[in-house]
Amino acid sequence: MNITEKILSRASGKTTVSPDDVIFANVDKVMIHDVSGPGVIAVFEKLKKTGVKIDKLWNPDKVWVAEDHFVPAADKISAQNIVLLTQFTKEFGIKKHFKYGMGQYGICHTLSHEEAMVLPGEVYVGGDSHTNTTGALGAFAAGLGHTDVAYVLLNGKIWFKVPETLYFKLNGKLPSHVMAKDLILKIIGDIGTDGAAYKTMQFGGTGVSEMSVEERLTLTNMTTEAGAKSGIIEPDQKIREYLTQRGAANYNEIHGDPDAQYEKIYEYEATELEPIVAKPFSPENISVARDLSSIPLDKAYIGSCTGAKLEDLRAVAKILKGRTVKIRTEILPAAISIFRKAMDEGLLKIFMDAGAMVGPPTCGACCGAHMGVLAKDEVCISTTNRNFPGRMGHIESKTYLASPLVAAASAVTGKITDPRDLK
Amino acid sequence: MKGSAIKYEKDNIDTDVILPGPYLKIHDYNELAKHAMEGLDKDFHKKVKPGDFIVAGKNFGCGSSREHAPIALSYSGIKAVIAMSFARIFYRNAVDGAFLLPIEIDENAYKDISDGDVLEIDTSKNEIKNITKNKNYQMKPFPELIGKIVAAGGLFNYKP
Repeated sequence: MNITEKILSRASGKTTVSPDDVIFANVDKVMIHDVSGPGVIAVFEKLKKTGVKIDKLWNPDKVWVAEDHFVPAADKISAQNIVLLTQFTKEFGIKKHFKYGMGQYGICHTLSHEEAMVLPGEVYVGGDSHTNTTGALGAFAAGLGHTDVAYVLLNGKIWFKVPETLYFKLNGKLPSHVMAKDLILKIIGDIGTDGAAYKTMQFGGTGVSEMSVEERLTLTNMTTEAGAKSGIIEPDQKIREYLTQRGAANYNEIHGDPDAQYEKIYEYEATELEPIVAKPFSPENISVARDLSSIPLDKAYIGSCTGAKLEDLRAVAKILKGRTVKIRTEILPAAISIFRKAMDEGLLKIFMDAGAMVGPPTCGACCGAHMGVLAKDEVCISTTNRNFPGRMGHIESKTYLASPLVAAASAVTGKITDPRDLK
Repeated sequence: MKGSAIKYEKDNIDTDVILPGPYLKIHDYNELAKHAMEGLDKDFHKKVKPGDFIVAGKNFGCGSSREHAPIALSYSGIKAVIAMSFARIFYRNAVDGAFLLPIEIDENAYKDISDGDVLEIDTSKNEIKNITKNKNYQMKPFPELIGKIVAAGGLFNYKP
C-alpha cells in the first residue's frame, strides 16, 4: 500500500484497503473557521429542529478553530459570525480557538503547520477546500462541507472512497528563480483542473527532498485546484525538525510500502522548469511568465495560505530590496507568527521602503470578500490559488496567479515579469 | 422527478460563480438562494422554477468546499444537477446534506438536452426521459453508498 492507503487502512481498522473501497475513517483532527463554523452551527440547528439532541461533541480536544475569512470583521454579519463561533467553542468546550487579535492567529491552513495542529500519519479534515495543504506533513488531509464536518464533530468519523494516487516525481533541485508555485502551476496546466479529481496527488523525488517544508506546502495546497481529494508527501528529517521546533513530539509516521502502487507516475526535471503564470480564468490556463511580459497590471497581491508563508515573504524581499513598486502592492503575511518573524528579519521594512502596503493575515481579498478586492477591469498578479471569474472581486476583474518571485518582480515593473529579467 | 432543464454549455462551473465569495458569511438559506449562479447568469433567479434541473458539462462545482453552493441551488428550487462529471466536494455536499441529486450523464446525452427541455429522472431505473424530445438517456448509477445515503435522505439519516 502507498502512504495514503496505509493511513486510511489504519483509520478504518482494516488490514488493507484498495482504491475505490468505501470506508468510514476515524478522524484525528477537525478544523472549522468563520465560514464553515457558522455553517456547521446552522446544520446543528436544523438537526435540533428534527428532534436530534446535541449536547456534546465526540471529542472537543480534537477540534480546533480559526478566524480567517472575514477578519478583521468586514461588516456586521461577519462580526456576528465571530460571536457565534466564540459561543460555539465555549458551549462545546473547544479549547484550541485561534482568536483574531489574541496571541497567535491567521489563515487556518497556515496555523495547521505553524502550530503543528496536525501530525504525520493522521486523518485530518477541515471545513475548507484547501485543507489538502497540511498533507505536506505526511497526513491524509481533505476538505469537507458543513454537513460532513458536523457529522464528524458528532460521530468522529466520515466516509471516504479510497483514492487512486498520482505520483509526481521531481528530479533535481529547482533553480533559484523557480519556486514550488511554478511547479504546481505547471502540473495543473498539464493535467487540468479535473486531472486529479477524486484522487490523491503525492509528491516525491530528489527535488521535493531538497525543498523546504514551506515550499512543499505550496504543492499540496494547490492540489485542490486539480480537483484532488488530498495531497501528500512522505515525512522526512526536515518534517521532523520542523515539527520539533513547534513542540510536537509524539506521533506515528506512516510510510508507503516498497511495493506501493500508484495509478500513474509523472516526472519533472527541475532544471527544465521556469517561472509560470496562470492566466484568467483558470489555474490550468498557464503560460511561461516571459510570454506575458506585455501584460500591464494594476495591482500585486502577496497573501493567502498559498503565497504568504515566511519563505514566500523572503522571496518577495529579495526582489523588493532597494527597489520601488510601480503598482499598488499589498503584502499580507498568512499568520501573525509569520508577520512577527518577517518583522524581526527586517522584511516588513523592505516592503514598506519599497512603497508596498503591509497588512494583517486574512483570506480577505483571495476569496473576493474584503480588504483589497478588485474593481471592474482591474488586473492583478497574485500569489493566491484561484482565478475564476469574480474570485478576487468584480466579475470582470482579472487575476494572474504566480509565484512570490514573479509577483514581486511584476510589482516593480508594473507588467508581468520573470525575476531573471529584472534590472 | 420531473422538471425543466436550465442548460449551461460549459465545463468547470465553479463554486465562485455558483455562489460568489462575498456571500459566504450568509447562513440564511433563502437569502443565499437569491444569489445562486450570480457569477454566471444574473437572470437565474428570475427563470428558475421549483423542480427545475441544471444541465452542464464536466467538473461541475469545482473550487471551494462551500456548502453554500448546493444550498443556494436547492433553495432556488433546483432538484438535480445533471452533468458530465462533478467536483468531489460539491458532489458529497449535495448528497450528504440532501440538497439535490448530482446526476452523471455521458456526452451524447449532454449534447442532446436543450435548454427548456422537460426531463423526468427515474433513479430506480437509472434513466432520464426527455419528454420534449421523446428520448431516453442512461444516467450513471449511484455508487452503492451514495445510493443508500440518497435513499435515507442525507448522511445524518443514514445508518451504516
